[in-house]
Amino acid sequence: MSFFKVEKLGIRFGGVVAVDDVSFEVKRGEVYTIIGPNGAGKTTIFNLIGLIYPASAGRIVFEDKDLTGLAQHRVAELGIARTFQNIELFEHATVLQNLLIGRHRHRRTSLWEELLFTGSVRRAEIAQREAVEKVIDLLDLAHYRDSMVAGLPYGVRKVIELGRALASEPKLLLLDEPSSGLNPEETDEMAFWIEDIKKGLGITVLMVEHDMNLVSRVSDRVLALSEGRVIAEGTPAEVQSHPAVIEAYLGGAAVSAAA
Amino acid sequence: MRFLFKTDYDQDIRLFKHSGQVFWYSLLVAVLLAVPYLLDEYLMSQMHFVLIYSIVGLGLMLLVGFTGQISLGHAAFLAVGAYTEALMQARGIPFFISLPSAALFAAALGLIVGLPALRLKGIYLAIATLAFNVIVEEVITRWESLTGGNSGRHLKAIELFGIKLDTDASFYYLCLGLTIVSIVALMNLLRSPTGRAFVAIRDSEISASCMGVNLATYKTLSFAISAALTGIGGALYAHKVTFISPEQFTLLQSIELVTIVILGGVGSIHGAVLGAAFLIVLPQLIAVAKDYLPSNVAGSGLQAVVFGLVLISFIVFEPLGLYGRWLKVRTWFELFPFYRKGMFRRQKSYMKSERLR
Amino acid sequence: MLNQLLQLTVAGVAQGCVYALVALGFVLIYKATETVNFAQGDMMMLGAFFALTASVAMGWPYWATILFAIAVMAVVGMVLERVVLRPVLGQPAFTVVMITIGVGYVLRGVVTMVPGWGSDTFTLPTPFSEGVLKLGPIIFAVQQVAVIAMTSALCLVLYLFFRYSKLGVAMQATSQNQLAAAYMGIPVRRVNMLVWGLSASVATFAGILLAPVTFVHSNMGFIGLKAFPAAVVGGFGSVPGAIVGGLIIGLVEALAGFYLPEGFKDVAAYVVVLIVLLIKPSGIFGETARKKV
Repeated sequence: MSFFKVEKLGIRFGGVVAVDDVSFEVKRGEVYTIIGPNGAGKTTIFNLIGLIYPASAGRIVFEDKDLTGLAQHRVAELGIARTFQNIELFEHATVLQNLLIGRHRHRRTSLWEELLFTGSVRRAEIAQREAVEKVIDLLDLAHYRDSMVAGLPYGVRKVIELGRALASEPKLLLLDEPSSGLNPEETDEMAFWIEDIKKGLGITVLMVEHDMNLVSRVSDRVLALSEGRVIAEGTPAEVQSHPAVIEAYLGGAAVSAAA
Repeated sequence: MRFLFKTDYDQDIRLFKHSGQVFWYSLLVAVLLAVPYLLDEYLMSQMHFVLIYSIVGLGLMLLVGFTGQISLGHAAFLAVGAYTEALMQARGIPFFISLPSAALFAAALGLIVGLPALRLKGIYLAIATLAFNVIVEEVITRWESLTGGNSGRHLKAIELFGIKLDTDASFYYLCLGLTIVSIVALMNLLRSPTGRAFVAIRDSEISASCMGVNLATYKTLSFAISAALTGIGGALYAHKVTFISPEQFTLLQSIELVTIVILGGVGSIHGAVLGAAFLIVLPQLIAVAKDYLPSNVAGSGLQAVVFGLVLISFIVFEPLGLYGRWLKVRTWFELFPFYRKGMFRRQKSYMKSERLR
Repeated sequence: MLNQLLQLTVAGVAQGCVYALVALGFVLIYKATETVNFAQGDMMMLGAFFALTASVAMGWPYWATILFAIAVMAVVGMVLERVVLRPVLGQPAFTVVMITIGVGYVLRGVVTMVPGWGSDTFTLPTPFSEGVLKLGPIIFAVQQVAVIAMTSALCLVLYLFFRYSKLGVAMQATSQNQLAAAYMGIPVRRVNMLVWGLSASVATFAGILLAPVTFVHSNMGFIGLKAFPAAVVGGFGSVPGAIVGGLIIGLVEALAGFYLPEGFKDVAAYVVVLIVLLIKPSGIFGETARKKV
């Protein structure tokens, strides 16, 4: 069975076709990156996969299950987690609580049990916290564990975003521009974590990224988009030297200069 | 100053974080238990109201402070609780059944309100709940065969398992017990996945949904639980005032309930109780002040003006509410003399438009 | 039968005009600052009181009292914005709503404290309190026709103002995109203050038109609550929507009062708004917006 594939996906907002006939497949265990100039539709594709917008055309298939028409919260339940480009954390909760919410799909207690806070709820809570501590350890967030998210620096918040997605123990992790706003050191750390996530945790990563160094370093395969359409697919080296890709980023003159 | 060294998860999960908290809250409970022996009849009556409104405040705090919804119509749930209790008592149904029924009927109504609320946010939700309140009030007025319409209904003292709770003290203990149970239940909820889901919805609905939180389920649940608590408060309220009529459950009453949440401090359980206490105490203070003011100022409008000014002042100067002020004072003492003026200053946020530009 | 219907229609439209004006003032504020002003009805009430004073205590003619009240309330509106609203700009919408609710309380309370006003009910003398118009077999109250005529005139004035005057265009600009307006050199904060002033004036106009029906008293602003259903039905944030919405609510109320059992008239507006919110929350002219992630 295929792990994750997108077939002829398309969406239009009024007269604007944001994504047009995009198809690709992600194999289990790989790091697959989508690149493209601004406005190419990369984040829109993530929003389509996450069922935030309903697609106008095409379908998304995860582990042979068609996601079309499912309720939005089911995506996480199936094992797909994501981070947001513009950080959508729970600002008035602590870092720990943010990560715990990430584990929502693993809850097994009923409302009445929770109101009475029975022994089974207590045990479930301890199990949740143990799982979250592993993520805190991996991402070095111990220092911030009990801090309110509002007021934390941008770099830390990006890490918390990642942590919250990891806390849900996903099979497929969608990272939306993980390195945007990070300085070179932080980007380096992010690269380590992505490699760790792939090799140590066995999670498949689908990423949108602009930083070409990061892309070449961690990706197994790359998809290049421009204006909502696929223009190239292959290894990082192949895609980066592809003439259509160069043209999309730098314009036609650059292609002839390169040739 | 106290440093908390945590060595196991239980310390995080427990209700009381350290022995100091256990001590102070135990002392508080001891004092509260002794209250009927300490206060006179008038103050006892006020305490009844404080407890009743605390329960209602907790309900509204859950919905507004913890789940981030709005309700300008909670008096409707208060009414349902009150009338259910009145009607059931009139038919001879014992209190230990009529009270949960009041909660249940109110919760059912909360579910009904919650369903359209799923698609509505902000001002739309506020207007929907407002409209709802007006309609419920009108239905109660018109359905005279059931509710007695404008003539209202009377209630007798509560009889619980054969004991008549017709003294100030006995009613007080009932209210106190229910308040404590409500607080503990709410705190339990907040340290469990459901409570966290509520907070997630408050802070970022889209994010919560992407984490697997079923917005529909949890929003309606929040409305239902909030309504249930308010219904319980309504049943107790009915017994306290012994006579209920539709005009006690108007939009103005709903707004007063919301001010409990705001004055107390949005998003804190202490806030619900503090807000309720403040709401009861304020008219008393105004009544006292009236003796010192010229006659045209000390008329019926004084209460409205003071109420409005207090509300505005709190929002402008003390957005964290009474509980926030308490925290600041306590921190000042704890950190003395190292308290920094800007410690609790909110991050200044620029107007983030909800509209897509 | 038809006569009855026509008369009801006129009555409904006349009442609807008042709702439309209150809704209009309140939509203006919402468009400019995304604030929902729950005190709009109370501003209407205060405006009516100023008109009352000018008319009764100072003995001015009707048209002069209108101008006086409008001018005074414009100042009041601007002061309110500057003193109460501006400090809390940036806070979540809910808290700002609560502030306006607080302002409403203060206005109602203060009005009862003013010597000569208090909690009594007063009549505002107008040139059209008496008299009927006969159009064939149908009888209209001059009062109602006057309300409709004056509202239409005001709408025309506002339309011309927003379309052709510098300030009007500036107000439209800041309503649509504050940042861009600021870049174009528009003093956004001052314009917002003026929007409040304008909104208060419109509310005053509504109050003066309403006074013959409800009389002038400190609680007359509660009718303003019906402006919310009007604004929602028409589409929040849409100026023509506010007017259309107001007229619809007025009509529905008039018809419900006659054809439906007692009590329905009072809740008609709220039933309508619940229905609209369930089916199409954005109303007739409103736009649906999405949060961009």
